[in-house]
Amino acid sequence: MRPALFAAAVALPLLAAAPARAADPVTVTIVAKRFEFTPKEVRLKAGQPVRIVLRSEDVTHGFFQRELGIDAEATKETPAEITLTPAKPGRYVTICDHFCGSGHGNMKMTFVVE
Amino acid sequence: MRDRIDRRTFLRIAGLSLGAGALYRVGAFAGAEGQDAARALGRATGEAPAPFTFVQLSDPHVGFSGPPNPTGTQAFERAVAEINALPQRPDLVLFTGDLSHESEKPGEHAARMARFREIAGRLRVPAMHAVPGEHDAGLDGGALFRSFFGETSYSFDHKGVHFVALDNVSRAKPEVGPERRDWLRRDLARFPRTAPIVVFTHRPLFDLRPDWEWFTRDGDQVMALLEPFENVTVLYGHIHREDVHRAGHATHYAARSLIFAFPDPATTPEKKPIPFDPARPFRNLGLRRLDARREGGGGLAIAPTEVELTLRKLSGTEGFAQLLRPSSL
Ligand SMILES: [Cu+2]
Repeated sequence: MRPALFAAAVALPLLAAAPARAADPVTVTIVAKRFEFTPKEVRLKAGQPVRIVLRSEDVTHGFFQRELGIDAEATKETPAEITLTPAKPGRYVTICDHFCGSGHGNMKMTFVVE
Repeated sequence: MRDRIDRRTFLRIAGLSLGAGALYRVGAFAGAEGQDAARALGRATGEAPAPFTFVQLSDPHVGFSGPPNPTGTQAFERAVAEINALPQRPDLVLFTGDLSHESEKPGEHAARMARFREIAGRLRVPAMHAVPGEHDAGLDGGALFRSFFGETSYSFDHKGVHFVALDNVSRAKPEVGPERRDWLRRDLARFPRTAPIVVFTHRPLFDLRPDWEWFTRDGDQVMALLEPFENVTVLYGHIHREDVHRAGHATHYAARSLIFAFPDPATTPEKKPIPFDPARPFRNLGLRRLDARREGGGGLAIAPTEVELTLRKLSGTEGFAQLLRPSSL
């Protein structure tokens, strides 16, 4: 039946977005490769713990955001893992702060905290 | 009678500015108290304080080629010629980093560094000093830079001013680092609080725009070491545009680049170079004059005037003659 299908389609994303318990960290994986982070934007919720895994596909990359307390470095062999709970909504531009070659100057991504 | 120098801040760095960087004048002492301070300083530096001029040049990125500046080293070479044509020869030229643009092709970065040294070597000045930028030292921790120019952090005295070259680019992260901060603490220990100190470095030592990488991670800790001194000037590059920032006893001046300009972060969302304009190839790389005036409370007000590095009005050697009018300090 059409109405039931419609309801299910709406309910699913809502369920996926709402964590079972607020204390369970969600995991976000970010890939660093000269000279980009993928994805370029990640949405987080204020008060929701998050575990960020940073992988590098080539050289050493930095990952730095002072307000969120992110200060990490990933090599091809060793990914970085950061856990944090963003407190305040806002846009947090996170940069590669380990010089990794020409093009490094624009290597960044944004955490949007809602 | 205007603009008598403040007795407590005897030897002020004031600026007439040369687009590629800046031509600075160090003013004379005034008053009995100033003379006492001068003697104390002379004992500390082993040299009698005296007025002089020096030039800051920044970010020529020798080897860079790209749309924001298809003319390569032309602005740099022109700046060298302008300095050589000054009626008053500056005592020093300070380079604040990104002398070369890195390359991962074997031998290429060294060739670019050598080309930088060759152009800079045309400067007819008694002394030149440089600090690296991340494009010089970021990939190899400063090894190539050191093989050309020696240490990346060092200090020297010149006519009563203490100059500190501070490397904030050759560690893995953009910072000065604990060892060099410790070195700086020991280096400053012999000076009275009144000693004029000029720090030259590549990256800004304050959070100008961290999301554009316009900051130094331990800039606060460096400035805390300088805080006891009453007369601190920090000259830096990296941001490819002018900026004046005052905090505590220190004034931070950014020099323009000799390759391309970055836009104003207050009005531009992206850190993208200002596009090349063939009609005005040296726009934003050009001459810049800083008029220094005294303000109430003993501070200095700096009013920048836009002047381009072309052969038009207020440029070329004729322009310099006008720029070199007697300093208001
Ligand atoms: Cu990177």
